[in-house]
Amino acid sequence: MGEQLLNELVLPVVYILCIAVPLILAVAMFVYWERKVIGWMHVRMGPNKVGPWGLLQAFADVVKLLIKEVILPSSANRFLYYLAPLLALVPAFAAWAVVPFDDRMVLANVNAGLLYLLAMTSLGVYGIILAGWASNSRYALLGAMRSAAQVISYELAMGLSLVCVLVLAGSLNLTDIVHAQAGGKGLFDWFWLPLLPVFIVYFISGVAETNRAPFDVAEGESEIVAGFHVEYSGSAFAIFFLAEYANMILVSFLASIFFLGGWLSPLQGWIHADAPNWVNWIWTGSIIWLLIKAFLMSFLFLWFRATFPRYRYDQIMRLGWKVFIPITIVWVLVAGCMKYFGLVLAGTGA
Amino acid sequence: MQEIRNYTMNFGPQHPAAHGVLRLVLEMDGETVVRADPHVGLLHRGTEKLAESKPFNQSIGYMDRLDYVSMMCNEHAYVRAIETLLGIEAPERAQYIRTMFDEITRILNHLMWIGSNALDLGAMAVFLYAFREREELMDVYEAVSGARMHATYYRPGGVYRDLPDRMPQYKESPWHKGADLKRINSAREGSMLDFIEDFTRIFPSRVDEYEDLLTNNRIWKQRTVGIGVISPEMAKAWGMTGAMIRGSGVEWDLRKKQPYAKYAEMDFDIPVGVNGDCYDRYLVRVEEMRQSNRIIKQCVDWLRANPGPVMVTNFKVAPPSRAEMKESMEALIHHFKLFTEGYGVPAGETYCAVEAPKGEFGCYLVSDGANKPFRVHLRAPGFAHLSSMDATVKGHMLADVVAMIGTYDLVFGEVDR
Repeated sequence: MGEQLLNELVLPVVYILCIAVPLILAVAMFVYWERKVIGWMHVRMGPNKVGPWGLLQAFADVVKLLIKEVILPSSANRFLYYLAPLLALVPAFAAWAVVPFDDRMVLANVNAGLLYLLAMTSLGVYGIILAGWASNSRYALLGAMRSAAQVISYELAMGLSLVCVLVLAGSLNLTDIVHAQAGGKGLFDWFWLPLLPVFIVYFISGVAETNRAPFDVAEGESEIVAGFHVEYSGSAFAIFFLAEYANMILVSFLASIFFLGGWLSPLQGWIHADAPNWVNWIWTGSIIWLLIKAFLMSFLFLWFRATFPRYRYDQIMRLGWKVFIPITIVWVLVAGCMKYFGLVLAGTGA
Repeated sequence: MQEIRNYTMNFGPQHPAAHGVLRLVLEMDGETVVRADPHVGLLHRGTEKLAESKPFNQSIGYMDRLDYVSMMCNEHAYVRAIETLLGIEAPERAQYIRTMFDEITRILNHLMWIGSNALDLGAMAVFLYAFREREELMDVYEAVSGARMHATYYRPGGVYRDLPDRMPQYKESPWHKGADLKRINSAREGSMLDFIEDFTRIFPSRVDEYEDLLTNNRIWKQRTVGIGVISPEMAKAWGMTGAMIRGSGVEWDLRKKQPYAKYAEMDFDIPVGVNGDCYDRYLVRVEEMRQSNRIIKQCVDWLRANPGPVMVTNFKVAPPSRAEMKESMEALIHHFKLFTEGYGVPAGETYCAVEAPKGEFGCYLVSDGANKPFRVHLRAPGFAHLSSMDATVKGHMLADVVAMIGTYDLVFGEVDR
């Protein structure tokens, strides 16, 4: 009885905390890193007052947001207004359940992991739509409408590009997808090479999916002020913030897993088997590689934000429907042919 | 079934893209603007009426506060109006100094514009890059007049004082130290003219930086090409001036058509657009920055070679020197009269305009012979531009309204006066 309780209740909770707590800390540091990087790109300093080099800035902001009043607009729908931030946050965290950090380090090694991920990432938009609608503000409503249209169209491009991955890997299980990229040719075994256009489409869709610049029309600082969360304050806003950044990190991890070989080393197959143990551990694939890849991918988010102007809402739609979806549809066929005729060199294990 | 109606949205006055206090009442059909109704007056300070109750010189400072990003150009229009009525002319060196500072002001204004227009369209970096250069020109303002923004530097009969021989240097502080301090002070070793010349040398490469980020950027082009097209006829009908009319292909620039100060001696070109959209106006303004840089360089060369007075010696209008006041009774009386009741301006009326960075900034001045103006009317370019808002944004999307406000280069200090 005691052992069963331990295995079925306590351990999963511990595992979940092992993912969620570092994730929240990662979000905090990512916010700091974002402000610092954008500051450097903008010839300014970024946060440098709170703690050494401003490292504690994010925590100061959290404390500030938590002790602020959560304002409920007078004619807002009370239930939905408070529900919306949770609907945004929960999928952003739940999606992490199937992310494999290492060969065995995964909370739920389910076979339909890819489907689960797609389901979770598309659920997040409900939080945004409900937030916009329940606030009873015109800015917020516009933000919600934009977000809904945008996320739905980019969801398609994203789904289709993952179909390409699915075709090559032959599995919906994320761990198997990474295994399918293992081989003797280092980073040339990964899926980014045969699926290069799709990789780019996937990552850009990911940026659009998380409502980040240059696709941040749902927030649209200079047009609709803050879009869907214009009426939110204090901790309710903080939850949206947390969800957005958790999603950004998630997209970076997923791009690394689907296209950049997850935890595999870029030198896989080039290391001699009789190398010392620690060399093996680092150079033959470990969580460190996944973290490095995700870090580099997430850096792109910041770079985009520091540089690009914002798209207009209808231009985003045009890009999604007329460029990305055709590209991915064509590439699904190409990937199918590559697989069928055995042309694909990635992950053959050779 | 419920009837579907357009809805009204308040864009501003508290809005990140309202450029101050624009209140724009938008009638929206989804994302499309059906009608735009700009409301002005939230920053009305009664400048014109205030000027009627003060001696002429005391209103110069109010002119800075009209269009508070192109300060000295506003002063120039007012000071020229007074000079025309008085029948005096500033010494040549003062004219060159005014020409130079008008162009410095133009660059100041266009830097502010390129930054805020890009920021409105979501490109953050340009804003901060532009402010980096703006800071140096602000230092020039401060060195010559003591104030970074509201200079009150031009006076009827010349300018307040000659250019300083020494450019102030940065002191060591947590923000400026070590190699960085040495670098920013290296350009400030010599006189102010040395500093400005150094600026004109590096500025074109800085403009290239902004252009790298925007001119060929696909998103930037998608957001500006074909947006807010203004035909030449429409531009004339709405009384547009400055980059707004030049962007539509009309070569109209007071600096060339009705030269004032020393513009007739300057070698520069007027850039004009072709399509009259936001992108063309962007290109026109960027090119204007380069042309202003050329003019500044020519002024610096002339000012270096030709020292001389910067103020008329007519003590009815301009104060005598401090040293003279210690010796001469007459000088003391002049000083006392000037700083208590000012000077009388012969009865009459005039309209004097300058090519301010935003367009034609004019001052219509009526004097009844007293020491205060009888009536001052200021023609602000932004007011004429803003009135065309409904005609230009109708049928565009909400995001284009923001692009359009950016391209109008609105500053509410002058629109509301």
